[in-house]
Amino acid sequence: MNLDRSPSAWFCVHQSPPWSFTAFNDFPRSSRLRVAACTRLVSTPESGSSRAEKRDFLRDPQLYGEKIQAMFVWDFKPAAEASLLSSLPSLKVVANGGVGIDHLDVPYISSLGVKVTNTPNVVDEATADIAMALLLASARKVVEGHQIATDPKTTHIMQCPMGEEVSGATLGIVGMGNIGYKIAQRSKGFDMRILYHNRSRRSVEDEQAVGASYCQKIDDLLKQSDFVVLAVNLTPETTGLISQRELSLMRSTATLVNISRGLVVEQDALVTALRSGKIRAAALDVTHPEPLPRDHPLLGLPNVLITPHVGTNTYTTTRKMMRRWYKMLWLQ
Amino acid sequence: MFTRSCCPTVDSSLLSLLPSLKVVSNGGAGVDHLDVPFITGQGVKVTNTPGAVSGSAADVAMLLLLASARKIVESLKTAEVPTAAVLPERLRGVEVTGSTLGIIGMGEIGYKIAQRSKGFVMTILYHNRTRRSVEEERVGGATFCESLDDLLRRSDFVVIAVGLAPDTRGLISHRELSRMKPGATLVNISRGQVVDHDALVKALQSGTIRAAALDVTHPKPLPRGHPLLGLRSVLITPHIGGNTYAAINRMSQTMLENALAAVTSLPVPNEVKSRRLN
Repeated sequence: MNLDRSPSAWFCVHQSPPWSFTAFNDFPRSSRLRVAACTRLVSTPESGSSRAEKRDFLRDPQLYGEKIQAMFVWDFKPAAEASLLSSLPSLKVVANGGVGIDHLDVPYISSLGVKVTNTPNVVDEATADIAMALLLASARKVVEGHQIATDPKTTHIMQCPMGEEVSGATLGIVGMGNIGYKIAQRSKGFDMRILYHNRSRRSVEDEQAVGASYCQKIDDLLKQSDFVVLAVNLTPETTGLISQRELSLMRSTATLVNISRGLVVEQDALVTALRSGKIRAAALDVTHPEPLPRDHPLLGLPNVLITPHVGTNTYTTTRKMMRRWYKMLWLQ
Repeated sequence: MFTRSCCPTVDSSLLSLLPSLKVVSNGGAGVDHLDVPFITGQGVKVTNTPGAVSGSAADVAMLLLLASARKIVESLKTAEVPTAAVLPERLRGVEVTGSTLGIIGMGEIGYKIAQRSKGFVMTILYHNRTRRSVEEERVGGATFCESLDDLLRRSDFVVIAVGLAPDTRGLISHRELSRMKPGATLVNISRGQVVDHDALVKALQSGTIRAAALDVTHPKPLPRGHPLLGLRSVLITPHIGGNTYAAINRMSQTMLENALAAVTSLPVPNEVKSRRLN
């Protein structure tokens, strides 16, 4: 694919937070990008040295559509569907920010002669950190604690929330890819006993480095774990991987942590399991849909923590993603 | 007599009612609430439970560090309001992996914090009255900072894990906070009195440091209307460091063992003979 890198090359983006703070200054000086935003522009700080000119694509798709060669997707937006792609005849690549591309119809996009790229590896550490943050936050009841400490009615601390011990507990990692392995590296320091389940077994060296034991059957992992962390990609095989059957195998004192995709878990089954005490608690950085409808039962449960998909949401990782985004583009 | 979290208050009026008392068996490591010289001067031993809660307390230090860095509490509130289409900029957090951690107080708890942060590929600095052995530094992956200022200047996260003593009271004040990086986070799991709260409020309000996460305050709880309660950049928990069933069980077990040894005139495992510091 020969992407036109001339000063007048056009790119289509969704107006979203990363653009407002990088203001294209992270891009190589040699490039000059023109950007068409796919939605109405909200006010963004114009950097004095920004070389980008932003236009509102939707106001005049005919004018800008044929100039656009690359489309950036961030937080699943814009949706790379026929209705949009049909107005971008010069499109050469859909560049996704993030590693998961289950929201993109890759066969369809490829059939248009358009490539799809993502940003693997750069997101692994921040995502593993969030898994540990959610595990600890749920176990030690940080939200409840903060509420008690800051409640206007608190005059004495009568009863502090009692938590579950993390140190020395058994952690079961479902999905031992790059992110799953980094979760294992982090939990080793907490003297946790680490089990993992994966399509393929890791090398002996890898296992020994983090002290992880392989469970060929997911059932064995579920029965023994105090904390179960889901770190798989979303595929047909992993859709609904955790449903009523798997939840019933878990300990009643166990916590489920999901940092992969909402569809990996059957949410109705999860609600039932949490309400009935089949498992102790859940901490979810991902749900389906995102966000959940306001009246969704998961939002009302006291033993659920839900964060709005913040796995990669740090300044450092966002910058890394953008640089990788751009580099993937540049390599096309 | 068993004591826990300052109850009961062990003063002369109480001790005078207990002529046969052999031991005050405290639950927890810190004994700053007990007048140890006075009590031992009455011929009564004082014991504590240093090992029982150290893992749990180190876990809470890591929890506070991560929760503050990644804005967990704020993010949870945002997720409950499903009308938000785009994540607000203010939820963007700071990276923990690869950052620099400065541990003040490298006793049992401080060392366990170092062990936990090693997995996050953090650069670990520590400041202590005495230096740890070379082997301990190697295993913990920690580098000694003889100068506290040096640690403060270099750290992205500063965790305080000292005992409360005359030389640690007010250890972190205006001067120390001004040495810290503007993007740094202060985490306190020791005692509230180690940090000058007024100085901390000013440092947070002026952006001298990014955030604070406190498992301890002085007093406990803070009076309502205290400025620390109103700051978005502050995470406060009600002294949950040792609050797990497992830790409480271990602590209770140790309290009992200490007391039995004292009343049967056997060697007492965890006797506090003088001011106990890290």
